[in-house]
Amino acid sequence: MSSAAAASPLAAPIQRRRRRPSTLTVYRWELRKLISQKRTYLGLALVVILPLFFVIFQSIHQRHDHGPGNIFAAQITQSGLATPVLMLLFLSAFLLPVVALLVAGDIVANEDGNGTLKTILTRSVDRGQVFAAKALTAMTYAAIAVFLSAAVATAAGVASWGFHSITTYSGTVVSAPEALLLVFAANAVYLIPLLTLVSIGLLLSTATRNSAAAVVGAIGLVILLFIVAQIPGLEGIQPYLLTEQFQNWQGLLRTPTDWAPIAHSAWVCALYALPALFAGYLVFLRRDVAGG
Amino acid sequence: MGEEAAPVRARGLVKRYKEVLAVDHIDLNVRAGDVYGFLGPNGAGKTTTLRMALGLITPTEGTVELFGRDPLREGARALEGVAGFVEAPRFYPYLSARKNLQLLAALDGDGAAARIDEVLEIVELSARAGHRVGGYSHGMRQRLGISAALLRRPRLLILDEPATGLDPAGMRDMRTLIRRLAGEGITVLLSSHQLPEVQELCDRVAIVDSGRVVYEGALADLRRQGGAGYRLRTTDDARALTVALGQDGIEHAAVGEQGLGFQAQEREVGELSLALARAGVGILALTPELATLEDLFFRLTEGNDGQGSPAVAANGLTPPSAPPSTGQAVEIG
Repeated sequence: MSSAAAASPLAAPIQRRRRRPSTLTVYRWELRKLISQKRTYLGLALVVILPLFFVIFQSIHQRHDHGPGNIFAAQITQSGLATPVLMLLFLSAFLLPVVALLVAGDIVANEDGNGTLKTILTRSVDRGQVFAAKALTAMTYAAIAVFLSAAVATAAGVASWGFHSITTYSGTVVSAPEALLLVFAANAVYLIPLLTLVSIGLLLSTATRNSAAAVVGAIGLVILLFIVAQIPGLEGIQPYLLTEQFQNWQGLLRTPTDWAPIAHSAWVCALYALPALFAGYLVFLRRDVAGG
Repeated sequence: MGEEAAPVRARGLVKRYKEVLAVDHIDLNVRAGDVYGFLGPNGAGKTTTLRMALGLITPTEGTVELFGRDPLREGARALEGVAGFVEAPRFYPYLSARKNLQLLAALDGDGAAARIDEVLEIVELSARAGHRVGGYSHGMRQRLGISAALLRRPRLLILDEPATGLDPAGMRDMRTLIRRLAGEGITVLLSSHQLPEVQELCDRVAIVDSGRVVYEGALADLRRQGGAGYRLRTTDDARALTVALGQDGIEHAAVGEQGLGFQAQEREVGELSLALARAGVGILALTPELATLEDLFFRLTEGNDGQGSPAVAANGLTPPSAPPSTGQAVEIG
């Protein structure tokens, strides 16, 4: 090893107080790590390919029969703005949750397994900062997946069928710009249950220290809740199941806007998300880091 | 202004994993400027102790303070001026060395990013800094671990087995670097089972066995306490051994390739030489020998009764079971 740079002191002066980094800095680096990993793009590729595939398939087959009662399916070739609504309808129940969980379930467990958690926890940031940055990163990824999917679906739909007005669930025709705004808002509202699921994935990632267990565990929870929703006699708990909140964004596509399901979704999701985040935070704060 | 708190001060540290007592009431006192060796066989509790010191794991009992601050209570603030790694240093394999250091510098703040080129130069990784760490050899990762620690301009450097897996040149370079860092006033806590490394670098040591400290203090004191040993070459070593065994105060006499080894006080050595002369045995050479760290290490750690209560004599050492060795110290475990 070199003796170069010997003139510059390697040890800090005594009693010198360090300026410590902010949580925003930690968050920025969490994002950079995410961007540097190939697997990050796997989920994003899925949410890009599926809307494209859907539009190409529709264009070739010119299908209009998407089942009775689905007003947006009936408008698929009349306005490109029906495509993002339909895609959100299709992807919101399972694919988008899976994509979001690929990162949320992995973000702590992977670092624990590789031993890099101890590397970052022996720097000048507190555990709470690291946890907050990881939670924000997992949520950012979920939001990117949702809006990327919506953007691709909108672009592909508009390119194929034009930027036209659409008819909402209540039969009201809304102009194309207003419809675009509603599409954006619907995706934003869908983030409420999705980010709740991300919080649960984060808790499992922290508690299990195993990426696969966290991802599979959270997906298993979603499947379980879907099954519970189908069990006769349990209709009373249905409105409080997390999976039931996945479709509440549709309240935005009524005129006037039906805020009740959205407000309901918000507080029900808070009941899931806040304890999950708090439990994850406590586990992360108190855990022994001996992995890697 | 008051005296600065000790770099490391541990009191009654205990770590229990269900039925396994990994660390059993360990006390450590690392003073400013020490190059402090933390020695012990594999599984003795060294790494667990270091993890507790860095706040990575919670002690079952006891406290540890770094410069007077408890990492468990004060978090990152307690690690100000502290750097190092436990077990092998770990990095993000999909990032280059430079990107890894940039990340860590960002997490350090305090202008650490400006020192990246300097620390890469010190560990001679500048030319490979743009390559992904996933393709690095073990030795390169060890060096990157040192450079990552130096980014923090530490006053206390905690290194867990830094030479493990390095080739002889790498080990020599690592020792040179540690000496240089110590020379710049950095206190070094060096966990190792490389006895030559510790003997060469450290001025104070703690030896742990089965989770307990069996010796803590100056290395020179330890070697003095190990007792004076002598090596005797005679015209008839076998007869010399018979004579030695009949003398009072001559202990642990044994004949080896280098002659007759034994332990005794100076007065008894004089009496032995007279007895040998009377027996017609000629003395060719009589050499005093201090116990090596290896001898002392084995005496301390192999004297453990296996119940977590080492057989430690009043002077801190077990009764010697063999004369001091003249051989090279070796790696344990």
